[in-house]
Amino acid sequence: MSPLLNIAAEETQNPLVPPLPELVIGLIAFVIVFGLLAWKLLPNINKVLEERRESIEGGIEKAEAAQTEAQSVLEQYKAQLAEARHEAARLRQEAQEQGATLIAEMRAEGQRQREEIIAAGHAQIEADRKAAALTLRQDVGRLATDLAGKLVGESLDDHARQSRTIDRFLDELEEKAEASR
Amino acid sequence: MSADPTQVLAFETDCHIFDGCGFPAPGLHSFLFEPLWGNPDSNLYFNKPMLLALLGSIIVVGFFWAAFRKPKVVPGKLQMVAEAGYDFIRRGVVYETIGKKEGEKYVPLVVSLFFFIWMMNLWSIIPVAQFPVTSIIAYPMVLALIVYVLWVSLTFKRHGFVGAFKNFTGYDKSLGPVLPLAMFIEFLSNLIVRPFTHAVRLFANMFAGHTLLLLFTIASWYLLNGIGIAYAGVSFIMVIVMTAFELFIQALQAYVFVLLTCTFIQGALAEHH
Repeated sequence: MSPLLNIAAEETQNPLVPPLPELVIGLIAFVIVFGLLAWKLLPNINKVLEERRESIEGGIEKAEAAQTEAQSVLEQYKAQLAEARHEAARLRQEAQEQGATLIAEMRAEGQRQREEIIAAGHAQIEADRKAAALTLRQDVGRLATDLAGKLVGESLDDHARQSRTIDRFLDELEEKAEASR
Repeated sequence: MSADPTQVLAFETDCHIFDGCGFPAPGLHSFLFEPLWGNPDSNLYFNKPMLLALLGSIIVVGFFWAAFRKPKVVPGKLQMVAEAGYDFIRRGVVYETIGKKEGEKYVPLVVSLFFFIWMMNLWSIIPVAQFPVTSIIAYPMVLALIVYVLWVSLTFKRHGFVGAFKNFTGYDKSLGPVLPLAMFIEFLSNLIVRPFTHAVRLFANMFAGHTLLLLFTIASWYLLNGIGIAYAGVSFIMVIVMTAFELFIQALQAYVFVLLTCTFIQGALAEHH
């Protein structure tokens, strides 16, 4: 056994008794780590973590704001759309009403014109009929007189009397016709 | 140098079963290192665990320096990984035990503790290093001492002298005649046993883990002769299994250490009732 090992063996009889130099080195080694981490590196990362947290929260806030805006725009748009629809319905209703009045007016006008035409026609027909009747009466009187004159062989004088007789006859005929009608 | 078992790696012993030499079992000597520099008698020396401790702290700082020196709001890959670790300790440990409002102040300490301890533990399975710094009691002890000082001073600051005394002794009038005994036990448990177990829990886990790894590693080499080769295979599989297990234990012990730290701080801040 070397002398070194003897010393070592003496020292190591109790592994729970620490040699001073190792305590010092252990302390130095730990202080290096603790010092640098506590002084610079951990505050560094804490700052960045905080920044990250803030930026994430900021992003969330932004997103929320955008969403709210989008929502309000959507509502606005929906309101406008509803208004427009309402307006269109109103216009349609109005147009329908106007159209209905127009049609009714035109119908009434047509009716009126038709009645006018009919009335005019009737009046014309009546006038024509009267004229025809008058002519007919004169013609029938003359023809009957002529026929009777030829049958009798002489001209029938007393024109005025004749006329009265013919008129009376024709009136009787007319009355008969009236009665049979 | 090969005569000194403290510096001999398993495959350097050149000793196999059936060769007529005994099994070079790992032991306390496996945790002793000849100084790389200086004289062990003079307290002025530098050995492998010290080197690993300093290298480890440089690695931890380097990692966080690279990740957090110029942090970005939209993180890169490295920053993302570091943030996940940081957030795990901050939220999962500190906020959970102390609360967000009071705990914020202790986040840097707890985060530093966790990653420092984890790195020191991780040396156990990093090739070439292959030694957990925390299996030397000095390192867990320093860390436990820092926590202890913080805890005691916080208790005094928060509760005053009498309040702190009550806090340490678990003063409770309803205990009646047993009160002095209970106070004595509580005092002993809180002020003397607690920091000791806090350090030893970490130390012993790493010590045992390293011993197990050494045992199977040395055995794999030692058995590599004749019929022993079959057993060497089994032993080597155990090395791999234990390495995976240690990977888990290293993170777990670092976690347990900081969890206890937070529990102590919370106890100091809590109102005594």
